[in-house]
Amino acid sequence: MTAEIGQFCMILALIVAATQIIIPQIGASKKDYGLILFGKYAAIIQLFLILAAFLCLMYLYITSDFSVLNVWQNSHSEKPLLYKISGVWGNHEGSLLLWVLILALFGAAVAGFAKNLPPTLVGRVISIQAAIGFGFLILLIFLSNPFARISPTPINGNGLNPLLQDPGLAFHPPFLYLGYVGFSVAFSFAIAALIEGKVDAAWARWVRPWTLAAWCFLTIGISLGSWWAYYELGWGGWWFWDPVENASFMPWLIGTALLHSAIVVEKRDTLKSWTVLLAILAFSFSLLGTFIVRSGILNSVHSFASDPGRGVFILGFLILTIGGSLSLYTWRAPKLKGGGLFAPISREASLVINNLLLMSATATVLLGTLYPLILDAISGEKVSVGPPYYIGTFIPIMTPLVVVMGIAPMISWKRSDLPGVLSRFKACILITIAAGMITLFFTYKGPILAVLGIILSVWLISGSIADFVERIKLFKVSYRDSLMRIINYPRSAIGGTIAHAGVGILIFGITISSAFEIEKIQSVKNGDRVQVGDYIFEFKGTEIFKGPNYDAIRGNFDVYKGKNLIIKMQPENRKFINPEMITTEAAIYPKNLGDLYAVLGEENSNNTFSTRLYYKPMINCLWIGCLLMALGGFVSLSDRKYRIGAPRKKHTVKNKTLGITN
Amino acid sequence: MKKNLLFIIPIITFFLLSIFLAIGLFLKPREIPSALIGKHVPLFNLQPVSEKLNGLKDSDLAIGKPVLVNVFASWCGPCRIEHPLFMELSRNPDITIFAINHKDNPSNAIRWLDLYGNPYKKIGSDLDGRISIDFGVYGVPETFVIDGNGCVQYKHISVLTKDILDNEIIPRLKGKKHVKCKIK
Repeated sequence: MTAEIGQFCMILALIVAATQIIIPQIGASKKDYGLILFGKYAAIIQLFLILAAFLCLMYLYITSDFSVLNVWQNSHSEKPLLYKISGVWGNHEGSLLLWVLILALFGAAVAGFAKNLPPTLVGRVISIQAAIGFGFLILLIFLSNPFARISPTPINGNGLNPLLQDPGLAFHPPFLYLGYVGFSVAFSFAIAALIEGKVDAAWARWVRPWTLAAWCFLTIGISLGSWWAYYELGWGGWWFWDPVENASFMPWLIGTALLHSAIVVEKRDTLKSWTVLLAILAFSFSLLGTFIVRSGILNSVHSFASDPGRGVFILGFLILTIGGSLSLYTWRAPKLKGGGLFAPISREASLVINNLLLMSATATVLLGTLYPLILDAISGEKVSVGPPYYIGTFIPIMTPLVVVMGIAPMISWKRSDLPGVLSRFKACILITIAAGMITLFFTYKGPILAVLGIILSVWLISGSIADFVERIKLFKVSYRDSLMRIINYPRSAIGGTIAHAGVGILIFGITISSAFEIEKIQSVKNGDRVQVGDYIFEFKGTEIFKGPNYDAIRGNFDVYKGKNLIIKMQPENRKFINPEMITTEAAIYPKNLGDLYAVLGEENSNNTFSTRLYYKPMINCLWIGCLLMALGGFVSLSDRKYRIGAPRKKHTVKNKTLGITN
Repeated sequence: MKKNLLFIIPIITFFLLSIFLAIGLFLKPREIPSALIGKHVPLFNLQPVSEKLNGLKDSDLAIGKPVLVNVFASWCGPCRIEHPLFMELSRNPDITIFAINHKDNPSNAIRWLDLYGNPYKKIGSDLDGRISIDFGVYGVPETFVIDGNGCVQYKHISVLTKDILDNEIIPRLKGKKHVKCKIK
């Protein structure tokens, strides 16, 4: 019965979506506010219908109703409750339903928070959101029905892929989707603006918080996925340049570009058509990502549910949505008038550089991701593009980006002088050079990239601190005044500084952990000792034990530093029964921001075990950096200017007065 | 006008891209060709797993008719799943199955064969996995079809299924879909 209610809710949602596409759009054209109001209510009803369908599916999972095909394929009665719930989106059908749910959530949020927006714009945005939802609801209802029944009812389910039975991964897809789908709002705003033929500072101010929110969620989602790969896959790595990882990384890069170009539109009323294009592209790449994951078009560790039929549908939808919106762009964008001019050395120019570099990075990732496909299509040759390509292309693009990033927040709008800006960074330049020299001294035979990485990260972190110190006039005015300045300072600027420092810490973590990692691979027998840097791992044999839905071999390592036992580490090898699969659980012990990392491999013929032991210095800076980036985004999002409605022209000069009342 | 042309770039790029995506839908990225197909098997001479059984060497694989080589190990769970298929095949006197016992303790291998049956005519014990590397083995199980001249015809990675057996392996054992071998 529950399945039928869910099914019914989805069909109702489809009908509501159809009306939601047409009626507010007509309302916007005719300036009939009643029709637009209808659209707002439709968006909210839409949310409740899809939420109801989603809760039905969740209920079916929790109660292990195996008469439903999707539950039978992906769940098992002995699975822990958390994974019964996360199993809802751990498969194709359920994850699509989650996608549509989040889309509806954003649609309803626009309708709900739209008090300060021009009604016609709201009408169009809601209508476009519904159009996207309509396409995905058709895919759900006709090609990927999560509520389909099977007969006769099987006794027990197939279980969820054990790799996915993990808390990190349970929450990875929802965050990722909040990011992916969040860009749909920026997309809808862009299309609405193209239809209305108007992009101004006010438009940018509405778009930016939505983009920022989506960006924060995407940052968290990608980090969670990366963190999961680090501790669960047992390869000791955290990013593999896998097509599906790239699929989430590309919208992130474009979203980052969009965040920055929207500032230019907001403050200087220029770069309009470019910003609109970025808004379209950010969501287009999210759709492309969905297509890559769901169609199985590229060989990837993630394509666990692929089906060419769905692939054809999603591709058709992709061509309709992206092709349609880019055609509209070609037609309407030339009419968007650019505003203020700016000098080559100015904040605008630095943000243009930021955008160009981020887009180049996106193009590089796109090329690397699709190159195997293109080559296969043209010549039938099979290749895979691996980390050397990405490292080789990414570092040259990221280096100038980080250099500019360090000083850009201090460059003034319109026109600035480079010597003047640099003179404020004297201390940073000195610290950076010193850090570079010290690294070079200690690693004179080591990897040169380590030196570059340290220089970049120190530059960015010290630059962010200098920016902050300068802004609050620390040491120049009394501490009390400085404190008042922190409190009164626009949160969007503080958020930016935090996020930039986060990137610096991230680069620091990446550099140190990859350049100075110690890796030891060996087979060991009881009592063997392995030296890993300053630490000694002593193998104390294995034992067998039984988990809730798996059997496991647990290895025991006593880890010493000098003569002191610091920790007992117990990496595991788990053998799941439903479905049959072996997973490795690395044992991780954090030590001074680094990690000791132990993996138990397979048992060899002569009663020894293959083991991999690592010391990864500063690896935790990676997660701290990512968290700071997301935190910076949220701080920026809490800025008062996004809550007060009416856009103010030339509000930049009023920032200080605004801040004091904050 | 010239400036307006710039605005066409995104849509053109996208359509070119979507053509490749459309073609890509009908390609199969998972079918990784083995570098060894159309080449002679590497030279090797492997010891038997026990004194009672025969070892395996490269000349055994060029016997004038196609043969199967299965790479297995007693510690490999999936090998047990495909094993009944090989048992069934071995009842057909026209089909010859050889095996490479991959990184396995010979006594475990014998126990395993006693338990589940021995469909293999000859088994080479590849203790350190050296020969498997020469064969380009990713992991166990893998199955090769080799023609009468010792030329690799086909390779299947992971558990053998009835479907693969009927559509890919049996036709090749009958000499269909033959790939000419490059001269040594």
